[in-house]
Amino acid sequence: MNGLAINNLSMRFELPNGSAVQALQDVSLDIKQGEILSVLGPSGCGKTTLLNIVAGFLAPTAGNIVLNGSDVHGPDAQRGMVFQKGALFEWMNVRDNVSYGPRMKGQRASEYAGNVDHLLDIVGLGDFKDKAIYELSGGMQQRVALARCLANDPDVILMDEPLGALDALTREKMQSLVLKLWKETGKTIILITHSVEEALLLGERLIVMAPRPGRIHKEYQLPFADLGVNADLREVKKHPEFGKVREEILSMIWDMEEEIMGRTEAAK
Amino acid sequence: MIPFLLYLGFFILSFVAVRAVVGGIARTGFSSLKTVTFGDESAVVPDRRASILSVIALFLLWGSFTGSALLPSFLHMPGPAVGEFTFEHTVQDADGNTDDATVTVLVYDPEVTEGEPEVPTVDPGDGFAKNDAMIIETYDSELARLQNNDELTRDDGTNIIAVNGEPITPGGRLEFDFGSITMSTRGSLNIAPDQGLQMEPIWLPPPEAVVSRLFEIANDGFRNFTLLEHLGYSLFRVVVGFAIGAAVGIPLGYAMGLSNWFRGWFDPIVEFMRPVPPLALIPLVIIWAGIGETGKIVLLFLAALWIMAIAARAGVSGVNITKVHAAYSLGASKWQIMRTVIIPNSLPEIFTGARVAMGVCWGTVVAAELVAAEQGAGMMIMTASRFQNTDIVILGIILIGVIGFGIDILMRIAERYLVPWKGKS
Ligand SMILES: Nc1ncnc2c1ncn2[C@@H]1O[C@H](COP(=O)(O)OP(=O)(O)O)[C@@H](O)[C@H]1O
Ligand SMILES: [Mg+2]
Repeated sequence: MNGLAINNLSMRFELPNGSAVQALQDVSLDIKQGEILSVLGPSGCGKTTLLNIVAGFLAPTAGNIVLNGSDVHGPDAQRGMVFQKGALFEWMNVRDNVSYGPRMKGQRASEYAGNVDHLLDIVGLGDFKDKAIYELSGGMQQRVALARCLANDPDVILMDEPLGALDALTREKMQSLVLKLWKETGKTIILITHSVEEALLLGERLIVMAPRPGRIHKEYQLPFADLGVNADLREVKKHPEFGKVREEILSMIWDMEEEIMGRTEAAK
Repeated sequence: MIPFLLYLGFFILSFVAVRAVVGGIARTGFSSLKTVTFGDESAVVPDRRASILSVIALFLLWGSFTGSALLPSFLHMPGPAVGEFTFEHTVQDADGNTDDATVTVLVYDPEVTEGEPEVPTVDPGDGFAKNDAMIIETYDSELARLQNNDELTRDDGTNIIAVNGEPITPGGRLEFDFGSITMSTRGSLNIAPDQGLQMEPIWLPPPEAVVSRLFEIANDGFRNFTLLEHLGYSLFRVVVGFAIGAAVGIPLGYAMGLSNWFRGWFDPIVEFMRPVPPLALIPLVIIWAGIGETGKIVLLFLAALWIMAIAARAGVSGVNITKVHAAYSLGASKWQIMRTVIIPNSLPEIFTGARVAMGVCWGTVVAAELVAAEQGAGMMIMTASRFQNTDIVILGIILIGVIGFGIDILMRIAERYLVPWKGKS
């Protein structure tokens, strides 16, 4: 059975002061191989927690993760992760960052060099292979992070707001790059974002989560990712359906946030 | 007080003069376009002209107050009076008769005059009080036995009652332009010629004396060891003590950053030892290990150990958890993460710790050598101070400062070369 299954996941954080946060409640999802799924939701609804459990950094209080038929325990090279920032190794140059996974597997330079160079060319860093990380801009650093993840050839790529720290223009270019990489590599991708547009543009499927307890609120099947692979993303945004869904989701999240605020007000 | 006021004056004068004649330094680059510079620390750069003037000012003051031969004499502070002067003193006998007599004093500089000069010959004069003569070294004062040669001595009930016509009583003091005269409780005059404003070499030798000492000690050595050996011994102790301290402290710090048991076991020890200044351990280390090399190296080992352990622990706790997560998801094992993430990530902290530890070790070795050693920079200045060789003391202090500074510069260069990413992420 290929693909990623998230089965009845619950996560409860016991706080030191005795109270507890139900970060996730009975979350189930099946993700087909090669699918790109985007996850939206107000802040604090458990998106990062969900991703950390899938990556294997956290053990859920209930439920399990099954990848290609076997249970997931702990992190490994099958599930690659792209973080928002700060995950590159400053003490290595660009090339050594990208070749990190293969090197840790014990591959020799002759085995991985070709692929690493190729990936760096794809992400547009062909001329920056020997640069130090701190010499690169934020957008370039995220390209390195993408290439590093791909060089390891994982089955699933998990992205937690990977473009969240970038400026709007860089972000647009990176969105196209993510789509292009997805199409070329056929990887399964889970992408968390807090930008509704990004979620619509990049997700074949989109889930909106609701907070307290964190759960799946609504699910959409979307055509835009396939459209965007071969078109300018700005054209895709002009699609009549795009604006409609965007408004719908925006007001949905808006309502949730109002509700959270109302609850905090009431609690006072 | 006077040196300080002069220094202040020099400071203000150079500021005003440089500003008026050449103007302030132009801000360059981006800072030149800033309109707000007061309060913007990044817009403050050291004015190198001020640094040069500052060093010159210190040497000027030093030379001026020591009468240095390197300075033209008009820059010298007035030195001690040298040569002859005279004063009158009035003696009263038991019956109330008074008589005046002249005292001739020759002040000589023992550094210039070889041996003691002859006491000036004077005509005894008339009356029961006879004229006197005496010699005094510069910076010295002398009790004058003026009545010994008189016709009537103190045993006959005579007393000195005035100097240059000004009355004086036992315990009193009179100031003249040649110096001061005080009367002891038994009625003798103590003559202290004017010392001027210069410092006696025993307090502060002139710069050239320190420089010539440098060459002398560099050529002939000091107390059975050459200058290089003295400095080399100190450096050797620091390097060995620090190296052992780092070799033990860094793994200890890593263990404390990675394992609950190690953290729990060593926390009380490290937290207790951290605030104990290494200097406080000197007596114990001497009792245990004696004054030889072992004791000093043990002391420096202890000085470096806690600093390096804490730096390594901070380096491990400082690792951004996303880097560790990323490494795990890229398939790295624990050992690989240790080698490729935790250790490199902790290097900046370790370098900071190493710079601190080197500074502490250098200070501690000098202090330990002050207490007990047969060679070393600290022993040199301590022994010299016992024999009042102030020039060697000052030479030693300057060398200690220069070496300490040199160590820090070397560490900074090594840091820039080995952890170029420090402070850039
Ligand atoms: N380590 C933790 N300890 C306690 N509570 C946590 C922890 N991690 C997350 N939470 C809580 O779980 C909820 C979901 O957090 P998170 O998954 O980070 O949300 P999101 O990524 O959607 O903003 C939040 O209320 C947060 O406070
Ligand atoms: Mg989050």
